[in-house]
Amino acid sequence: MDTLLELAWTLTKITAIVGPLMLAVAYLTFAERKIIGYMQVRIGPNRVGPRGWLQPIADALKLLMKEVIIPTNSNRFLFVIAPVLSIAPALAAWAVIPFSDTMVLANIDAGLLYILALSSVGVYGVIIAGWAANSKYAFLGAMRSAAQIVSYEIAMGFALVGVLIAGGSLNLVEIVEAQRGSLVHWFWLPLLPLFVIFFISGVAETNRAPFDVAEGESEIVAGFHVEYSGMTFAIFFLAEYANMILISVLTAVMFLGGYLSPFEGIPVLEGLFAWVPGMVWLLAKTCLFLLFFLWFRATFPRYRYDQIMRLGWKVFIPITIVWLLVEGAAVVLGIGPWFSGTAG
Amino acid sequence: MSFERIIFYAFAAILVYAAGRVVTARNPVHAALHLVLAFFTCAGLWLLLEAEFLAIVLVLVYVGAVMVLFLFVVMMLDINSAPLREGFIRYLPVGLAVAALMLFEMVAIVGVRYFGPDQVAIPARHPEGYSNTAELGRVLYTDYVYPFEIAAVILLVAIIAAIVLTMRRRPETRYQDPAKQVQAKKADRLRVVKMSAEKKQ
Repeated sequence: MDTLLELAWTLTKITAIVGPLMLAVAYLTFAERKIIGYMQVRIGPNRVGPRGWLQPIADALKLLMKEVIIPTNSNRFLFVIAPVLSIAPALAAWAVIPFSDTMVLANIDAGLLYILALSSVGVYGVIIAGWAANSKYAFLGAMRSAAQIVSYEIAMGFALVGVLIAGGSLNLVEIVEAQRGSLVHWFWLPLLPLFVIFFISGVAETNRAPFDVAEGESEIVAGFHVEYSGMTFAIFFLAEYANMILISVLTAVMFLGGYLSPFEGIPVLEGLFAWVPGMVWLLAKTCLFLLFFLWFRATFPRYRYDQIMRLGWKVFIPITIVWLLVEGAAVVLGIGPWFSGTAG
Repeated sequence: MSFERIIFYAFAAILVYAAGRVVTARNPVHAALHLVLAFFTCAGLWLLLEAEFLAIVLVLVYVGAVMVLFLFVVMMLDINSAPLREGFIRYLPVGLAVAALMLFEMVAIVGVRYFGPDQVAIPARHPEGYSNTAELGRVLYTDYVYPFEIAAVILLVAIIAAIVLTMRRRPETRYQDPAKQVQAKKADRLRVVKMSAEKKQ
């Protein structure tokens, strides 16, 4: 009976995370269209509901109503399971995200590794979709995506090694607690190169502009999901945006102090803002990175394929390795305030 | 039956099925995908043994990187399986002999005689605060530091060997030098010519 009760409680918590997340995904698409619209001196969607606020609901309904077409020569089973494989890791990774020092679904010891493992599994959805559709365009998109994700995974992994050294733990709550103190105690400052590389690799991992050669609508139509329609397409769409939110929240947790208040350590403001719950700060930091995602898309032209590979292998990986050496030296010398406690 | 045991048998069944399909599937892509499933369920079994670091690293390295590259290659192969099956009967005796030999060797070593419950003690449950990752790191960098370093050097040698074997400079390939591209100024590429307006004839 106790086990059942615990199971029900866990399920409630999962719903409490996934429900708002799906809503956030819907309104992120709306925010994207609005923000990029304003950047390009347009208004963006403003017809459905007051000031266009019901646009994402209308889009979701439209996708639900559309027919799901499965190409004749495709592999039916893999074709249908591919979108599921691409969204499942994006949702499962939320299990270890700390919303406050006690609000974590699963406060596991190897949280950082778990995140890294899940983000590397996400590529299967794309590869399988591209292969199962039995279409040249889809296949090209899948190949590009696989090569790109595997390349940037390495830089991302090295950046996380830096976080692990600075935090002294693989547990995400402990990593956030290690950043407690003030704004300059957060890891963005001592790990500045890793911070930048992690976020850019995150943009590349999610196949977002300017790294969106996997979709490349000007060359290969829509890349790996060119044959998908209706709900199956909608799930790919959801997965892309859920992954964006995940990368943003991870960057916030690991480099910007997660749920910690930015006013900590500042005499008057700290007391003034002490009542704000940590989750609000985490959400604000996440929104900042989401804005960067949209800003990138409105600003940069798409990278050429060889430029992507050069950036990943010849620029990012050497920089991360050099910075790991620097960080190792800083830990040995006990340079404060970040590394004074970790030596020994 | 405890819940843990149910999970163990479920995962073991999936693992055996997936491993079987790896060798029996006609389509190489299906075989590779079943191998991914096998790794995943294997990681689940390791989690039951409280080896969470190894389990997650198995998913990270094998599922996340090795198998992606594997699939990458296998998907681009266009194998016609008909000529492959032609020699099946001819090579069957040799294959059977090898299989039988391997089975014999495995049974001789991995049997109950050496690995049964009365030979190897059942691992004790660890208390709640126990960190498998920290323990593994401590052992790896103290007791086993030389084997660890030697393995790392061997892997480095393998990487260098693979690169040396496959790299060849072809004179006809053109490369870009981004450093030069960045340094290019407007004056290097563009010449502004001042001239008075021409009159229409």
